[in-house]
Amino acid sequence: MIPDGSSQASNKISKKPTYSRFTQQDLPAWKPILTPALVIATLVCLAIIFIPIGLFSLSASKNVVEVVDRYDDACIPSPNQKVGYIKDPATNKTCIRSITIPKKMRKPIYVYYQLDNFYQNHRRYVKSRSDRQLWNPKAESRTTQCDPEGQTGDGKPIVPCGLVAWSLFNDTYMLSKNDAALPINKKDIAWRSDRIHKFGENIYPKNFQNGTLIGGGKLDESIPMNQQEDLMVWMRTAALPTFRKLYGKIETDLEANEKITVTIQNNYNTYSFHGKKKLVVSTATWIGGKNDFIGRMYMAVGGTSLVFAIIFSLLYVFKPRPLGNPSYLSWNKNNTI
Amino acid sequence: MMKGSQQQWPLLVPPPRTPGKEELPIDIDSSIPVSSMSKPYSDSQIEMSGDFVRNPSSHSIQSKSSSTHSIKGVSFREGHDLNPVSYGSRGASLGSNPVRYGSRGASSGGFTSSYKEINDEDARLVYVNDPGRTNQQRFKFAGNSIRTSKYSILTFLPRNLFEQFHRIAYIYFLVIAILNQLPQLAVFGREASILPLAMVLFVTAVKDAYEDYRRHRSDRIENNRLASVLVNGEYEDKKWKDICVGEVIKVSGNQTLPCDMVLLSTSDATGVAYVQTTNLDGESNLKTRYAKQETQMRTPVVGNIGGLLIKCEKPNRNIYGFQANMEIDGKRISLGPSNIILRGCELKNTDWVVGVAVYAGKETKAMLNNAGAPSKRSRLEKRMNKEIIILSIFLVALCTVVSICHGAWLRRHREELYLMQFYRKYDYSEPEVKKYEYYGWGMEIFFVFLMSVIVFQVMIPISLYISVELVRIGQAYFMIRDDRMFDKSTNSRFQCRALNINEDLGQIKYVFSDKTGTLTENKMEFQCASVGGVDYDNGKDISTEDWQTGYSVQVDGMVLRPKMTVKLDQDLLNLSKMEHTNEGKHVYDFLVALAACNTIVPLTVETSDPAIKLIEYQGESPDEQALAYAAASYGFMLVERSSGHIVIDIQGKRQRFNVLGLHEFDSDRKRMSVIVGCPDQTVKVFVKGADTTMFKVIDKSLNLNMVNATESHLHSYSSKGLRTLVIGMRELSTSEFEQWQSSYESASTALMGRAKLLRKVANNVENNLKLLGASGIEDKLQQGVPEAIESLRTAGIKVWVLTGDKQETAISIGYSSKLLTSKMTQIVINNNSKDSCRKNLDDALQLYKKLSNVSHSNDGGHGAGTNQLALIIDGTSLVYILETELEEKLFELASKCTAVLCCRVAPLQKAGIVALIKNRTDDMTLAIGDGANDVSMIQKADVGIGISGQEGRQAVMASDFSMVIYTSLPTIVVGILDKDLGRGTLLQYPQLYGAGQRGESYNGKLFWVTILDTMWQSVAAFFIPLAAYWDSTVGVSALGDLWILAVVILVNIHLAMDVIRWYTITHIAIWGSILATFICVMIIDALPFLPGYWAFFMIAKTKLFWVCLLGIVVAGMVPRFVVKVFVQHCKPNDIHIAREAEKFGNLRETNAETEMNPISDLPRSTATATT
Repeated sequence: MIPDGSSQASNKISKKPTYSRFTQQDLPAWKPILTPALVIATLVCLAIIFIPIGLFSLSASKNVVEVVDRYDDACIPSPNQKVGYIKDPATNKTCIRSITIPKKMRKPIYVYYQLDNFYQNHRRYVKSRSDRQLWNPKAESRTTQCDPEGQTGDGKPIVPCGLVAWSLFNDTYMLSKNDAALPINKKDIAWRSDRIHKFGENIYPKNFQNGTLIGGGKLDESIPMNQQEDLMVWMRTAALPTFRKLYGKIETDLEANEKITVTIQNNYNTYSFHGKKKLVVSTATWIGGKNDFIGRMYMAVGGTSLVFAIIFSLLYVFKPRPLGNPSYLSWNKNNTI
Repeated sequence: MMKGSQQQWPLLVPPPRTPGKEELPIDIDSSIPVSSMSKPYSDSQIEMSGDFVRNPSSHSIQSKSSSTHSIKGVSFREGHDLNPVSYGSRGASLGSNPVRYGSRGASSGGFTSSYKEINDEDARLVYVNDPGRTNQQRFKFAGNSIRTSKYSILTFLPRNLFEQFHRIAYIYFLVIAILNQLPQLAVFGREASILPLAMVLFVTAVKDAYEDYRRHRSDRIENNRLASVLVNGEYEDKKWKDICVGEVIKVSGNQTLPCDMVLLSTSDATGVAYVQTTNLDGESNLKTRYAKQETQMRTPVVGNIGGLLIKCEKPNRNIYGFQANMEIDGKRISLGPSNIILRGCELKNTDWVVGVAVYAGKETKAMLNNAGAPSKRSRLEKRMNKEIIILSIFLVALCTVVSICHGAWLRRHREELYLMQFYRKYDYSEPEVKKYEYYGWGMEIFFVFLMSVIVFQVMIPISLYISVELVRIGQAYFMIRDDRMFDKSTNSRFQCRALNINEDLGQIKYVFSDKTGTLTENKMEFQCASVGGVDYDNGKDISTEDWQTGYSVQVDGMVLRPKMTVKLDQDLLNLSKMEHTNEGKHVYDFLVALAACNTIVPLTVETSDPAIKLIEYQGESPDEQALAYAAASYGFMLVERSSGHIVIDIQGKRQRFNVLGLHEFDSDRKRMSVIVGCPDQTVKVFVKGADTTMFKVIDKSLNLNMVNATESHLHSYSSKGLRTLVIGMRELSTSEFEQWQSSYESASTALMGRAKLLRKVANNVENNLKLLGASGIEDKLQQGVPEAIESLRTAGIKVWVLTGDKQETAISIGYSSKLLTSKMTQIVINNNSKDSCRKNLDDALQLYKKLSNVSHSNDGGHGAGTNQLALIIDGTSLVYILETELEEKLFELASKCTAVLCCRVAPLQKAGIVALIKNRTDDMTLAIGDGANDVSMIQKADVGIGISGQEGRQAVMASDFSMVIYTSLPTIVVGILDKDLGRGTLLQYPQLYGAGQRGESYNGKLFWVTILDTMWQSVAAFFIPLAAYWDSTVGVSALGDLWILAVVILVNIHLAMDVIRWYTITHIAIWGSILATFICVMIIDALPFLPGYWAFFMIAKTKLFWVCLLGIVVAGMVPRFVVKVFVQHCKPNDIHIAREAEKFGNLRETNAETEMNPISDLPRSTATATT
């Protein structure tokens, strides 16, 4: 604690900081400066990348053939009693719709159902599930996250528990072309990773939709979870309130102007929250479905870059400023102008 | 009593200087600045004796409160009512005679410090050698064990947590974590939200525990050191921690003092002891301390020591002040700062001392001063706080909007709520219907509010505080490790004591500098002398071979040589050897006066060569040291000082001079004198002092020509910036001597007005002097000072020098340090009344206006150069100006001046001057100084820099920062490593500093521009994926992955666009953090039990994902890039240009003339208009 004054003169180790390029902040460094060449090159590069990608996306989106049929209103006999109709288990909810293929569609053709105004991303909804229970038979009673759809009234665990599973979409579609059935392949519509690692093969639905308040679809209790692909698709909760989910695939090409008859079992209640239901038949490209936004956005960004590249070129030509000229320093300006 | 002691000494040797000296430092009239000052300062400056003012170096930084305390602590109480308390039979009437000790005004002159009263309420009574009785009083005195550790095992957890939660950031995190614990709100996982905070707390606690363990250990070592304590009449070893107040302790030479003790006696017959206070205030010179004659006589007989009662003030932090009375044999004598030796000091050059402990342990002055420095907030931090408040208002507004919307929604759906999937009012799964997760209107809205607080909390960059702190630590590391910030001669590095004001260093507008020790080296060097009217000014540096043969003496086969040599003038050297000529005699007297007329203590220092010893002069005045070294170099070497006599080796002959009396320097007389009995049996008085007072007491009739010649020499010396002293002498006749001796004796034993009487005695003997000559001492400028000051000025920083020197010296130093230039118009304010001050200030302002008008009409371009003003103001005038309405005028004037020189200022005035600026502008101030007298100023300024003379106490710096890892690493790395310009460029263009002063790099406008920019970026990041994935099959987790990656990349590219220097580490940090985010996302999405299992891998297979990512980043950054390019091209700031110049190497081809134009204070528009 007490420094020794007398020994200061002799054998005192120098405290001079040892030299290293790091401690003296002399490390080599790249010091980029926004020179005119660099600025213009950057902007031109952006334009060169963005405009072609934009064009490609637009053309890809244009090539997508998509048929959308909204059926929620049409499949209700009287518009005043929507909710009563859909909630009545006794009525026959079969509904026949017809769609026309506008352009030739090449296989695989995807069949989606689309819901509007359905907030599958709601905080309380998203959390109301038990992923462990879906995989591990021993964890079937881990349902605390699922309340109030965790247990039946007498305390038995519900498998699969939670609001997500409870609200399972249960409309069904049957397609026919020229009175011949057009098969929809419902195999492998869920992710492979879900089938193999997320939904167990020894788990069977239990006590599902047995309560007083029935949500959506029921599940066949004899089929193990890893084959309940509709449930898997449903439980990949959608990010946005307007979403599509894969219903199945059509493995044949469809020609232009072909009429397709759709037999819908209109079971799912979107009427109480003013949701829409749509059937979508679509092909797919690298850009996904039909969506011009990406193409337009890329064109806009690329175009802006190009415009600024031109503006800056003109600026550098007509109002040049020599780089690093000390006469531009503020304290020199006053005197040299 | 004095008479009794006198008999022990040989004839003509009355007790030396002790009586006078010990009173002076605390005597009111002796304090230099005080006597000339009036109300505002006088009563708080009492203890600022010459001793205090002259302190050359100190880095004991006291806390703000301590400095006020230390100054107020000694102020006299006015009109206190005493309830006499009897102190046993002897001291029955002690306190019954209160003296109203008015400290304002001259009426106090009649009293001396010997009758200073200590209010009983504040007093502590120490019964010497009776610790039992001492400690039985009202107050429990602290024991001597010290505790610098903060915690014990029991208190560790609560106290540590309490301290950690002093940081606002932690409280914020805690609140968020608590909100997350509410089941209704749990946005994130409950456990996960508490984890980061818990980890930070834990790491900090472990670090604190380890540090405290080390403090415990060092405390234990300190507490178990041994000291020799008088127990039952014998000295026994006792551990330091067991020492109590009242015990008598004996300390041997070179030992460290265990507690604050009043000296009772020392090994020296006159009661002198020398201590080194390096550990306390950083000063390395020896301080002289005295035992009172009364106790000095008694102590050798051990049994005699008891029965003394010391009544002293309560413990305080002022290490330069001490007030006490000692009651001895029914008489009361006063004790002052020169009678106390403090814990932590080392006893030097004295065999032993005996003292009585008065303050122990945590009440010692050393421990009371062990507090941390006051915390300062940087301007950036203040701005950050303001902006965070703005953001908080935003946050609250957003949350309110959300909750209002929620309320509206609840109302609209009130019919459906009972059924709503996740909002069921009733739980139908139960047999009986009950409420489920619905808490009623009010609560629902409230919960939504809290929830949105959790969701939007990222808006408040609270972790920024931690990032900034980490950046500062990194910066401090580089500052400390900078090998250009290393001083070879003292082997000391830069020390960063306050971490939170680093960035303010770039925004300084005012620099307040102390002179001595800061601008100058505080190494006085004897330059030239005028002896007998002849100027000896041709000093040559002794070259190396001369040095070998330079003056030395042989003592017992040893060669003694002065440690420092001075330039020798050959003529003077020759004359000094010719004692018998008339001129030689004069020179002889002059040099004897230099060697004798001082309080220097010679010490011998071993060298590597055992046959050679160096003689080192220790003393409190560097001027005296310089003079003594000069005398030694001319062959008049002071080799020994003991009680009553000194030995001067004159040209090889050891001569003994009896020191019969000494009149200390005081600010009234401005001179000191010694009465010396010379070897030739004559008695002479040697006087040295300031020219102004010396010429009054010199008998001009003796040799008028010589006096005139000397005066002209003095004038030329001081115009060269030298400090001058005039030396005179008179031989006393026997009758004169006897008359002096008797009055001296009675004065020094007087109980009333001792100091005044002594001064009278001094005045009587210091007259009709024969002028011997004058000396010129150079106050050497520190290396590089003129260049530094010039750079500062070009950088647009105003330099104020505050010094205790007299005006002429200050001005000459001003010129030599280039603070003042011949171009400047000087305004001197030197007044004795408020009215004249006011008049002068008004005149000066008029002058300024006139000058600036002239410059505007003539040529504005060079106007800045010709019309610079310099203000020179002295302490006396400041008394009338500071803290009155004139302050405003002074500020107005001073802010117009390029240089300001304040001379003759007292320490507290220095702080007042800093406050003058600080309270009136937002400009940053920096104070730099080295002495204890600068502490108040250093603490007042925004940035304080203390120059450490020598390393002192290794004060345990409470490092109260913690490593927090979850703040953004790239920002921290860039914050630490990035620099805008190389040091070469910055030194070449000091004006570049102006960018910081003007706050160009960060200001309110920039804040809002950045907010707009980031708003655009978040629009791009949110809406591009939203639009691209609308009515698609994308899942929550997949889109979340896209968003998080987009944000991380945006943030890093944003940062990358601002990086000026790309080091390898910068690359690693920025690109690495993007990569790390990708890896984290992949890991999280590879956990099957999470809902987002495999989402990233699925979405990364689609091209749309990558197209989106690229689109977000580019669309987010293009506006920023375009604006940046545009601003740099059309409105480049100085730093841009300098950077370009640095890169393309145009720096050196510039016109030298345009470079050095200082930043003009004129408004830019006028300046341009006039050109």
